[in-house]
Amino acid sequence: MAVDAETVRRIAHLARIAVADDEVEHLGGELNAMLAFVEQLSEVNVEGVEPMTSVTPMTMKKRADAVTDGGIAEDIVRNAPLSEDNYFVVPKVVE
Amino acid sequence: MKRTGSPGKTHSGAKRLVNPSSANYQVKRSDRRTSPTVSEMTSLSLAEARDGLKKKSFSAAELATAHQTAIEKARALNAFVLETPERAAEMAKASDGRIAQGKAGPLEGIPLAVKDMFCTEGVRSTACSHILDNFVPTYESTVSAQLWRDGAVLLGKTNCDEFAMGSSNETSYFGPVHSPWRRKGSNTPLTPGGSSGGSAAAVAARLCLGATGTDTGGSIRQPAAFTGTVGMKPTYGRCSRWGIVAFASSLDQAGPFARTVRDAAILMRSMAGPDPKDTTCADLPVPDYEAAVGKSVKGLRIGIPKEYRLDGMPAEIEKIWEQGRNWLKAAGAELVDVSLPHTKYALPAYYIVAPAEASSNLARYDGVRYGLRVPGREIIDMYEKTRSDGFGTEVRRRVMIGTYVLSAGYYDAYYLRAQKVRTLIKKDFEDCFKAGVHAMLTPATPSAAFGLGEKGGADPVEMYLNDVFTVTVNMAGLPGIAVPAGLDAQELPLGLQLIGRPFDEETLFSLATVVEQAAGQFTPQPWW
Repeated sequence: MAVDAETVRRIAHLARIAVADDEVEHLGGELNAMLAFVEQLSEVNVEGVEPMTSVTPMTMKKRADAVTDGGIAEDIVRNAPLSEDNYFVVPKVVE
Repeated sequence: MKRTGSPGKTHSGAKRLVNPSSANYQVKRSDRRTSPTVSEMTSLSLAEARDGLKKKSFSAAELATAHQTAIEKARALNAFVLETPERAAEMAKASDGRIAQGKAGPLEGIPLAVKDMFCTEGVRSTACSHILDNFVPTYESTVSAQLWRDGAVLLGKTNCDEFAMGSSNETSYFGPVHSPWRRKGSNTPLTPGGSSGGSAAAVAARLCLGATGTDTGGSIRQPAAFTGTVGMKPTYGRCSRWGIVAFASSLDQAGPFARTVRDAAILMRSMAGPDPKDTTCADLPVPDYEAAVGKSVKGLRIGIPKEYRLDGMPAEIEKIWEQGRNWLKAAGAELVDVSLPHTKYALPAYYIVAPAEASSNLARYDGVRYGLRVPGREIIDMYEKTRSDGFGTEVRRRVMIGTYVLSAGYYDAYYLRAQKVRTLIKKDFEDCFKAGVHAMLTPATPSAAFGLGEKGGADPVEMYLNDVFTVTVNMAGLPGIAVPAGLDAQELPLGLQLIGRPFDEETLFSLATVVEQAAGQFTPQPWW
């Protein structure tokens, strides 16, 4: 399952990372090296084995369905690159 | 406790440790002419400093200032990405007030360093990534909040690999940390290990009395082994992950670095504990870990996993491992050969699970809510440019591989299979524990520290192999501790790892004490 140039571009787009044309080949090589390394997992017999969902034997805690925090809009936007009246500002998404 | 390595190879570059019960500190406050010197104070263990503060041999302010002075002199190490002298002075002053009122907490006045993966309120927290290099949290991580609750003092934020992705601290946006250790007769700059390289270097170089780290695949234990310090990764769920920058959520755990096993135990008691803000954090009471230090290990069954004997492993690693087995045996522990048959699959399974979780966790860095924004034609273009500029090459590589293994058509072949293998890795350990094994002893790393730029240039997998002995522990959610065990022929530290049953950190502290007492402590010769 070797990664080709088209796949590198598709993955980069899915990951929302811009990749320059001259980087595609190198990135593909690195991804293929990693995939070759993990390939050895195919020799493990996993028939009937449950995939791990929780590493510690505990049921997930649930808290009361109650409002415990809020009213801190200024804190929420404090680190935003661009905000206005406690709203995040982004480039136009609809024409 | 023995204070130095065996005669002839002491690396006690700093002055001999000053014991607060020794004559130096027994002078009454009224007739004390001068304060203890900087090197006297930075040479104390955390426990000794705690006792000195209690006896008012020196103040928290003096202790903080001594460490700040040491930090300023050690900037060549690049261990800190942010020094917080004003915050430290403020906190130390408050500590002195509480000590005077008899209201001292368990860590009152103890100056610590915090890995830059922890969010600290009002103090820039970047995960050593360009994408967060202007981020100032409006909240405090639970683990660091508990340290301040107990009276500790923040000296600054330590350098690490970007988003904790690395084993050499070389992926940091702020540049690599230089280890305080050097090979005998050489000036080659060495890695302190990673990802918590800054924390390990700061503790080893006596710039702080302890530090926090995070460990996803070995990021506390490998740098501890490389720098001759003690580092513990607790059981998954022992420490809250709330407020720690997420890398791989099913593997990440916070833990302490210190110069002695006792100091690590003291820090663990403050760092651990339930937290309603982290649903994976265990609702279990926190034991007095310090009480486990020095406790007898007689009759404990210690597993020696045969799969940790690698082809081509340096003879010195095998030797130090044998040494460790002999020390534990002499202390009354029983050694048993065990097998963990899926060990060799832990690292490849990790390199599916961890990048997959990272690709999901790092989706939040979008240039909208916080961090870097690079303008674009429209919003997707803005996302792509921001993330391309903001992430370094290793992070980008892992996000992309994670995206690939989770993408339609590949999920079952990679991610699902890796999670099944993970179940098998965990079962290997469970079978041994069920058979009566209390803990396991292994080498911490397959080699001593390597030079900056020496590894992973051509093939990223070369760097990943560093974590071959530590990553199994994260995959199984178990506690592990790295403890200094000796020096190699080039006079670089080597560590041993002890792996425990879930939530049995106490046994690890008891066993680690045996190693520490037999091996002694190792201190780098200052060159900075």
